[in-house]
Amino acid sequence: MLLVGKKLDPQPESEVAVAPGVEPIYDEHHGHSHDHAHSHNAHDHHGPSHTHDHDHAHGHDHPHSPLKFLVNLICPGLVLLSFIFSVGAVWQLAQSSEKYHEVIQFTWVAGLPFHLANGTLGIFHADWGFLLDHLSSVMILVVTGIGFLIHIYSIGYMAHDNGYYRFFGYLNLFVFFMLMLVLANNYALLFVGWEGVGLCSYLLIGFYFHKKSAADAGKKAFIVNRVGDAGFVLGMLLMLSVLGTVRFVDVRAILHSGQFTAETAGFGVLSAMALLMFIGATGKSAQIPLYVWLPDAMEGPTPVSALIHAATMVTAGVYMVARSSALFELAPKTAGIVATVGALTALLAASIALVQNDIKKVLAYSTVSQLGYMFLALGVGAYWVAIFHLFTHAFFKALLFLGSGSVIHAMGGEQDMRYMGDLRKKIPTTHWTMAVASVAIAGVPGLAGFFSKDEILWQTFSSPKGSNILWFVGLLTALMTAFYMWRLMSMTFYGKSRVKPEVLAHVHESPLSMTGPLTVLAIGTIVAGWLGTPKLWNLPEFFRGFEGWLAPVFASAPGEHLRAAAAEAASEGLEWSLMGLSVLIAFIGIAVAIYFYHMKPHIPEKIYSTCGPIHKILYNKWYVDELYDFIFVNGLGKGGGLALGAFDRNVVDGGVNGAGWFTRFSATVSGWWDTWIIDGSIRFGSFCVKMASYPVCILQTGRVQAYALFVVVGVLAIFGYYVTR
Amino acid sequence: MHPITTVHYLALSAALLLIGTIGVLTRRNIVIVLMSIELILNAVNINLVAFSHSFGPGHVEGQIFAIFVITDAVAEAAVGLGILIALFRNKETVLADEIDLLKW
Repeated sequence: MLLVGKKLDPQPESEVAVAPGVEPIYDEHHGHSHDHAHSHNAHDHHGPSHTHDHDHAHGHDHPHSPLKFLVNLICPGLVLLSFIFSVGAVWQLAQSSEKYHEVIQFTWVAGLPFHLANGTLGIFHADWGFLLDHLSSVMILVVTGIGFLIHIYSIGYMAHDNGYYRFFGYLNLFVFFMLMLVLANNYALLFVGWEGVGLCSYLLIGFYFHKKSAADAGKKAFIVNRVGDAGFVLGMLLMLSVLGTVRFVDVRAILHSGQFTAETAGFGVLSAMALLMFIGATGKSAQIPLYVWLPDAMEGPTPVSALIHAATMVTAGVYMVARSSALFELAPKTAGIVATVGALTALLAASIALVQNDIKKVLAYSTVSQLGYMFLALGVGAYWVAIFHLFTHAFFKALLFLGSGSVIHAMGGEQDMRYMGDLRKKIPTTHWTMAVASVAIAGVPGLAGFFSKDEILWQTFSSPKGSNILWFVGLLTALMTAFYMWRLMSMTFYGKSRVKPEVLAHVHESPLSMTGPLTVLAIGTIVAGWLGTPKLWNLPEFFRGFEGWLAPVFASAPGEHLRAAAAEAASEGLEWSLMGLSVLIAFIGIAVAIYFYHMKPHIPEKIYSTCGPIHKILYNKWYVDELYDFIFVNGLGKGGGLALGAFDRNVVDGGVNGAGWFTRFSATVSGWWDTWIIDGSIRFGSFCVKMASYPVCILQTGRVQAYALFVVVGVLAIFGYYVTR
Repeated sequence: MHPITTVHYLALSAALLLIGTIGVLTRRNIVIVLMSIELILNAVNINLVAFSHSFGPGHVEGQIFAIFVITDAVAEAAVGLGILIALFRNKETVLADEIDLLKW
């Protein structure tokens, strides 16, 4: 009966069947008996839930296939192995006295000599080499650790998906390229990883490629990222031309050698170099103006959103800027731009997240907003804080995404929060883990998000590069963050149930493979922040270990630390009060959200109707996509295409056609000359000869007897002449 | 009774030459034209033999020459008839005035 229903079903499954690379659907009859609560209701396949990413095509998988077991073993297993090796490597680095460990496999690119900007001769040289220092050790632990948990989660989440093997292939490829990115010892090799993760992101966003929106989102991400990459490549080439090397250690040594001074007065070559690099970072890390691809990237499967578009890949830009900290130190103007862009992105994305109804969209904008925080920290020179926030954010944002995936899984593919509510009893593990993450990102003391976010705000306020305005923007964003996160929680887990009855029947908790990673990440969310407690809490050194760990990487001029310490001592009271303020803000945001969405659900509706235009603008994401469509896609793209087409037709083709016409014209003249003058004179000569020969020609009849007659007459004439003489 | 002298031979020879020449010039059939050429050659032969005879019994050069001319005439007749047959195959005619290829 189910089989017949499927064959008649006009839902996307039929498209899946014809799509290449996806296993056919109709051939499997068994598989309904295994654990899943959905499988008892065949009719839910016809619901609108199928338009969402979680394709519940039950019974088409091979739950006990040996191949699948192998995939489950190899793919997460290798990532686990990487994690174990990473821990070992980081442990060794921590024990050893050296600041970094570099392994050069071979010379990858050995170019020709060229002249540097200052006239000396340089050689472009890039190794296939790997650098493990304190910064990349944080990154590899995050990538492999979180990556492993998400692999485990995917086993449960993707169990019913037809592209199971393909999915794990892409996911493992992603981890490979991400490790390449964070372990590279020069910018060129970093760029290899950079492009590789971009490719994997594209492949995984467009994982459900039979859906047009997913395919489009993949393309959008790819194209927007290429815009940023152009900046990165240009920055890299400028660096090569000015510094003569792209190797991290050498770049740092040259920049610290005193050969260059900080460009405080004007916007010099180092500032331009840093700005170009930052443009690359805005593409990969979804900052203004290139953030538009990340919300659309939610078309991919939810574990991908968690791994690539929240925890790891999007932080590559943060990592790259932190890696170039020596450069950004010398380019304060660009650093100011970074801070401003970060703060604006944080605010803009948070404001959009306030009103979104799609659970993953809220989290996507939240990610953009948190990345903005990281860039704010980078811009004000607090590099370790940015990496610290990256670290804590990886935990709670991965947890939030995985939790939302678990919710979507439970809801049979529903992503709209307006059709959720009161789910906390039905999916308790998902509920409490997500609650932990939400509290953490909102900034409640004791959890990961509080420590890193509060440190960012304090650094923004106190750092000489920061300012009160940036701090205020950060604080406002914190308020919004608390509000929209608790709005999400309220709409999803509390209040009245708005779940559709046919969905409600089989809402169920996810399998252990999914709740396990959620639990681990929740524990991580609780403890991770304690590595970077504020200085004025005066806890043992271990609880401030993160700053000390990264100190060798970001050590700048020696005077800086003393000055910062002095400033800190002087403003202890101020810091306490600011911390109190940000905690207060977090609680206000949460309280307002609970009041609006839990206790008085009709209030938001009223606000929406009274502030219609504002809600509309926010709901439509400030119309940035439309603006880009207007300017770039339609304006520069189509309009430019039309203009270029007109230019092509009229100027380029005109030139070619004109040249062709001129050639033809001159050929006509020359042909006329040939026909009438050259040929004419020759023909005239031959005509004269022909005319002159005409009397002779008429004698030549061709008849042999006539000739014989002439001979005879000739003979007789000669004979007669001799006789009569 | 007058003996037959060289002059008689020459007269006969001249007559044959005249007949042959007129034949060549006036007859349309190429076979007849070839036969007329034979007449001209034989007029020459008679001349050669007549003079050979008139120079005395020790002179046979003229007669030998006549033998050569006969040989030549045979070869010429063979070639001529061959051309004639080839001509007839291609043109379906043996009339000399219908064939005017020998120009330009």
